[in-house]
Amino acid sequence: MSDVSQPAAHPPVTDWVNDFDHTDPQWTDDPFPIWKELRTASPVVHTERFLGCYMPTTYEAVREIANDTKHFSSRRIIVRDVRPEVARNAAPPITSDPPVHKPAKQLLLPPFTPDAMKKLEPRMRAICNELIDGFIADDKVDAAARYGKYIPVQAIAHMLGIPESDSDLFINWIHMILELGIKDENKLLEAVQEMSAYFRTHIEERRSKPTNDLISYLMNAKNKEGQPLEESHVLGSLRLLLIAGIDTTWSAIGSSLWHLARTPADRERLIAEPGLIPTAVEELLRAYSPVTMAREVVKETTISGCPVKAGNMVLLSFPAANRDPKMFPDADKVVIDRRENRHAAFGLGIHRCVGSNLARMEMQVALEERLKRIPDFRLDPAGTVTWSQGTVRGPRQLPFLLGKAM
Amino acid sequence: MAERLRVHVDPDKCQGHARCKALAPELFELDEYGNAHEVGDGTVPPGLEDKAWLAKSNCPEIAIDVIEE
Ligand code: HEM
Repeated sequence: MSDVSQPAAHPPVTDWVNDFDHTDPQWTDDPFPIWKELRTASPVVHTERFLGCYMPTTYEAVREIANDTKHFSSRRIIVRDVRPEVARNAAPPITSDPPVHKPAKQLLLPPFTPDAMKKLEPRMRAICNELIDGFIADDKVDAAARYGKYIPVQAIAHMLGIPESDSDLFINWIHMILELGIKDENKLLEAVQEMSAYFRTHIEERRSKPTNDLISYLMNAKNKEGQPLEESHVLGSLRLLLIAGIDTTWSAIGSSLWHLARTPADRERLIAEPGLIPTAVEELLRAYSPVTMAREVVKETTISGCPVKAGNMVLLSFPAANRDPKMFPDADKVVIDRRENRHAAFGLGIHRCVGSNLARMEMQVALEERLKRIPDFRLDPAGTVTWSQGTVRGPRQLPFLLGKAM
Repeated sequence: MAERLRVHVDPDKCQGHARCKALAPELFELDEYGNAHEVGDGTVPPGLEDKAWLAKSNCPEIAIDVIEE
């Protein structure tokens, strides 16, 4: 057994097709040519790293796996160096398989419908404008750290009924779970424990003073037998809602702004035709999909003709699927008015993202308000853009110069 | 005679991405969980044919049929 307290160093990759590693700095920096190389080699590739892991490289292979819950379990959803015991009620429904998945999912769906999101939209516009007020007078800004990051945190804090001012606390937990946790089990466990303690306090408060938010909603929810949910289920789902919506949407907003900063023609078109923004958001979600999930192979099978053996993990790359030229003509080009777009940024099959309507609304509002008030911006040549590693990919540092170029 | 179109959502395939509702709100509605079904019997009123095809070609689950009658 490896010592879980020691984060493992990964040797640099020299043979991507037989030894891929999604935590390699080259992948973090520019994964697109790597995916092309892998896809050209095979619809499914394998690495010995992470105790054995496959990666489907085509849209079709990704769809096959996402739809096959018999051979591919969600009990482990992050590809990591270690395979610790699976916790019960880790984070339903994302860590659940049928038949447990459906009731856990259905519970979460009603608060996230498009109609529910419409009611939240005015608050979102206010949040975006408060953030813009904070830097509009400056000539430069880090658009990831000062804009994209706080939009989803404040939105989900508002829905859960926890203080928006605790944002930095949430962001730190997520960093510990999604990034540091890949290589260091202890960081992950520490963050999970702190989150559970945090939510327990909020649950206690609501026992005497019920509120009209998602925490009370889950506390009062009943299972199929008409019984209240176990506390571990409530805590698991609360942790999931907090984790799942922040890094992801932050990344999506950041990548969108990064694209628009480098592509004045697209920016000008969206300013002239704001009605095109929802279509552009879909294309930006396709081209810069932030979320890569995982499955565990629980039974041997074949995918796109390739044998797949139990005991391995699967890196389920929706981002790579979305760059498959067989599915999307000009897959490596951002076509902001793309009409046919069956992108898989929010997943495929039963685990479709619960927050997709929220994320879409946040992205649309974030771009609309931002382009309205700051139409001219570009990358600061004196700064560096950095990208997050691992499960969620997006810019973490996004230095912009504001205003027209001299 | 001009052909008539009808849309149909396969409820076993729909996962609630809600793309159809965003692109063709006249033709699709959502239930309390956000899953889609066609409005009425799915008949596409004249002038909305384009939206029917658009909804179909943006459904990630390939859950929408456009039937030419
Ligand atoms: C642009 C932003 C987002 C992206 C790209 C994204 C992506 C995804 C993907 C790909 C999945 C599928 C997981 C799988 O197949 O295993 C997923 C699931 C999920 N997402 Fe998101 N997500 C985003 C924002 C959000 C937000 C804002 C929330 C909620 C506040 C959220 C909550 C969830 C939940 C609860 C699940 C689990 C669904 C299930 O297992 O049935 N996500 N997301």
